[in-house]
Amino acid sequence: MECKGEALCAEVIRISASDVGKCMRCGKCSASCPSYDEMEYHPHEFAYMVSSGDADALLESDSAYKCVSCLTCSERCPCGVAPSRLVEAFRIIKARERSNAAFAPERSVFDDGEIPGQALVSAFRKFSK
Amino acid sequence: MFVCHCGTNIAGTVDVEAVADAMKSESGVVYSATYQYMCSQSGQDIIKKAIRDYELGGIVVCSCSPRMHEATFRKAASSVGMNPYMVEIANIREQCSWVHKNREDATSKAITLARAAVAKLKLNFPLTPGESGVTKRALVIGGGIAGIQTALDIADAGYKVDIVEKSPTIGGKMAQLDKTFPTLDCAACILTPKMVDAAQNENIRIFSYSEVESVSGYVGNFTVTVKKKARYVKEDVCTGCGLCTEKCPRKKIPSEFNLGMDNRSAVYIPFAQAVPKVAVIDSEHCMMLKENKCGVCSKVCTAGAIDYTQKDEYIEEKYGAIVVATGYEPISLERFGEYARGMSPDVITSLEFERLTSAAGPTHGKLVRPSDKMKPNTVVFVQCVGSRCEPSLGKGKEYCSKICCMYTAKHAMLTKEKYPDAEVYVFYIDVRTPGKNFDEFYRRAAEEYGVKYIKGMVGKITPDGERLNVSASDLICRKKLEIKADLVVLAAAIEPSPTARALATKLASSMDTNGFFTEAHPKLRPVESPTAGVFLSGACQGPRDIPETVAQAGAAAAKVIGLLSKERLTANPCVAVCDEEMCSGCSVCGNVCPYGAITYVEKEFRVPGGRTKARRVASVNEAVCQGCGCCAVACMSGAMELKGFMSSQIMAEVDAICRTSR
Amino acid sequence: MVKVSYYPGCTLKNKAKELDKYAVRCAEILGVEMEEIENWQCCGGVFCDSSDEVATKLSAVRALACAARRKTPLVTVCTACHNVIKRTLHALRYDAVFSERVRNYLGDEAKGAENAEVYHYLELLRDVVGFETLKGKVVNELKGKRVAAYYGCLFLRPGSVMQTDDAEDPRIMESFIKSLGAEPVIYPMRNECCGAYTFFEEKEAALKKGAAVLKSAENFGADLIAAACPLCRYNLESSSKSLPGGAEKKLPVVYFTELLAEALGVKEARYGM
Repeated sequence: MECKGEALCAEVIRISASDVGKCMRCGKCSASCPSYDEMEYHPHEFAYMVSSGDADALLESDSAYKCVSCLTCSERCPCGVAPSRLVEAFRIIKARERSNAAFAPERSVFDDGEIPGQALVSAFRKFSK
Repeated sequence: MFVCHCGTNIAGTVDVEAVADAMKSESGVVYSATYQYMCSQSGQDIIKKAIRDYELGGIVVCSCSPRMHEATFRKAASSVGMNPYMVEIANIREQCSWVHKNREDATSKAITLARAAVAKLKLNFPLTPGESGVTKRALVIGGGIAGIQTALDIADAGYKVDIVEKSPTIGGKMAQLDKTFPTLDCAACILTPKMVDAAQNENIRIFSYSEVESVSGYVGNFTVTVKKKARYVKEDVCTGCGLCTEKCPRKKIPSEFNLGMDNRSAVYIPFAQAVPKVAVIDSEHCMMLKENKCGVCSKVCTAGAIDYTQKDEYIEEKYGAIVVATGYEPISLERFGEYARGMSPDVITSLEFERLTSAAGPTHGKLVRPSDKMKPNTVVFVQCVGSRCEPSLGKGKEYCSKICCMYTAKHAMLTKEKYPDAEVYVFYIDVRTPGKNFDEFYRRAAEEYGVKYIKGMVGKITPDGERLNVSASDLICRKKLEIKADLVVLAAAIEPSPTARALATKLASSMDTNGFFTEAHPKLRPVESPTAGVFLSGACQGPRDIPETVAQAGAAAAKVIGLLSKERLTANPCVAVCDEEMCSGCSVCGNVCPYGAITYVEKEFRVPGGRTKARRVASVNEAVCQGCGCCAVACMSGAMELKGFMSSQIMAEVDAICRTSR
Repeated sequence: MVKVSYYPGCTLKNKAKELDKYAVRCAEILGVEMEEIENWQCCGGVFCDSSDEVATKLSAVRALACAARRKTPLVTVCTACHNVIKRTLHALRYDAVFSERVRNYLGDEAKGAENAEVYHYLELLRDVVGFETLKGKVVNELKGKRVAAYYGCLFLRPGSVMQTDDAEDPRIMESFIKSLGAEPVIYPMRNECCGAYTFFEEKEAALKKGAAVLKSAENFGADLIAAACPLCRYNLESSSKSLPGGAEKKLPVVYFTELLAEALGVKEARYGM
């Protein structure tokens, strides 16, 4: 099932349980985002685009995968919008689009032998698409 | 029966003709008509003519809320000889046409409401209001610009007025400000003459360092106890020479007036222009009061004004009217750890900035970084800190604090005036400038002074070496910004004074969810509280700037003058009445009465066998009773009733509604 | 002896043994017996932040139910596990739809999970043992060491759910450090992200994030950094290695349990004096 337009936004709102209508466009989320420079679309744009009913570009962009899930945006949002949950919803929608969603990290990253198991498990959850 | 169209407000949803027709066949109704605006002169004429022509005993007006026009229709009826309490209002606007969409349902509900009103009216009886006198003296609580202006205006009209101020001097927040927007004139230059005027006006008494202890009574006749806190200095003897403050050995106490940015001594005068200019001893820090050691101030005082044995004093006074002018405080920024206020002294609040630029401030007006007293080359202003927040998050306030946009523009300009080469940034969400010459003022900051306005909230302030790293995002350029600043100024939200809530309880005055005093009507009665005789002035009612505060102070004074100029006040006749035969004297009603209107008396009652027996029963002071109805609800034996709203009348309404409901 | 249920999590059983070993040993000294819960499963590393995900949260529910059956509080040492478990508990308590779906999946296995009490090991020290008591048990004060606590994200956020401490200006780790006799260093980046799991795809960006934390701690005069999460420690160390300069100039990053173990005399002194 391909989700687009208003239907996509409705799905994002359902999954995230985020009240995007509360966003007052202050941008404190983006100002707090440690991955701002890596992202094509920033946390405040996630909120804005989802509330405007046209967020297809967010599904096509890889911005959601630049997020470190540090939750700072949601913590500091004065309106309780929780942009991090919107980002997570996009990751989830993408993963659910296909039955064989997967994540294959480069072999080289394991070379140092020190990587904690938790990192791999987290990456599987966050990067599967 | 008079059914109002209210233009399309009612007629758009309710078939008013059908309502009038249906009511024609209702028992007791002899006349039924509709009109476009029943409250207009011609509408009232229809009512008056019908009362005369049909010799009506009572009327029902189906219209808007009784809060809106009950008084209008009562007056009309009374002008043709009908007792005004024989007028009933059926609210078919707020409670019917405005809340329903379906015409059929709304019409049938309107008919039901009209029937209920008729059922009640049949049980109405004429009421005659009592009268009471008016004490020709007003009390103003709070001695900031709002309180001072209100008091001056009331005094000008020739009435006595007392100001109760909790701190040792009047002047309030405005005394701490440097310049004022949108003219950049000096706050002290326009405020201090008013403070002196207040002190010198023979109609004004100032109780500084005092608080309202208790309030009783009612409009026109309040009795207030004022607690004059011991200042350990005889107010009438002290000359304000300041020698004691110089000699006092305890000098390291953070100054309240300068917001802790410099120190004062244990005996102090808050600032040079204080009114009254009288010293006060801080009992928490004075060695003499704490440990009975020292006594230097007493030795150096040539006037002999120091009195370590002074006690709190209670003064009881009668007032006809009370004005609340308790003002505001900036919120605590404790919950905004991301702005590093606890980590760097160079992150300050806007009010602290005022002290830093004020010539009477801790730096004598030299704008420097608090940490190293150096000139700041880059200054960042952050707006809306704690304003416009989702209240359930418990971090900030839901409302816009209103004054911050303008004072931030002012601060930015002042910075540029002092240091033309400084980089000045203002981070904003919206710049709100609804006021005379306000937008021009803000544009001047941006255009003439070169202040950089950036849309976007600051995310975090990170102290980094001697400077502060300000992380923000420019929402218009879609760019992350990291600005190295020397000084960051946070525009903290404002909230009602912490003393306001306890005062509201004493005054039986209501507050909104944010703790601001509520007005009787947001548009039509903005300076009156819903409690008769209590008026509102300034920021105790909601965030407001100085021009608005002064305007409101004048308006509150006009209302007070209007009240004090009356010789007698007409009371509300819808007061509680006790059926003594049923009263058991249990005291429940007296306990719930917010106005202290109920007392208990011993009375002789006839008992079977021709004898009498003494019994304790409730007695209502009709002059004090405000008709709130608490007692009637609380009374377990059904003895307490509210005139105009007797149980029988309410039950008749309920019956009428139940009979007609589908 | 106070008994608690202990959820170690995967990483503590292999790459982060110091976190596990010293936590259990020190707890004993402090009068707390940490009983590992049986058949625990991986928490998933990160809490799936969506209203309709159930399966990914079930291992946390099982752990909670197990602790509830034992009627002892559930303690975790790894911050990431703690975050998943505490947020799952919150969802069980306040999201009726979620808790019903959980019951549909697990039946009796989930019974009582919502009644479990959850502590991070540091909260256990603060709220059950008490930092004053801890201070009294210290045999080897870490005097003169300036220790910068690194909180990262998951220990504090979301603040309304975790309720650990003020999410923007926390103090719990500083109080802990103080009770060991060391001097806590409060620096602004202590609750900013280390880069988390993103080094798989954004290595450079992840290293930069860690480096910013290190630099901030260094600027505020830290001698070493104490972390509570294996991934935080890994990222900070990776960042440290990637920075120029020899090993002797670099800030060591240790687990907070190592410092605790040193102070209580169960580990050879290395970072203390």
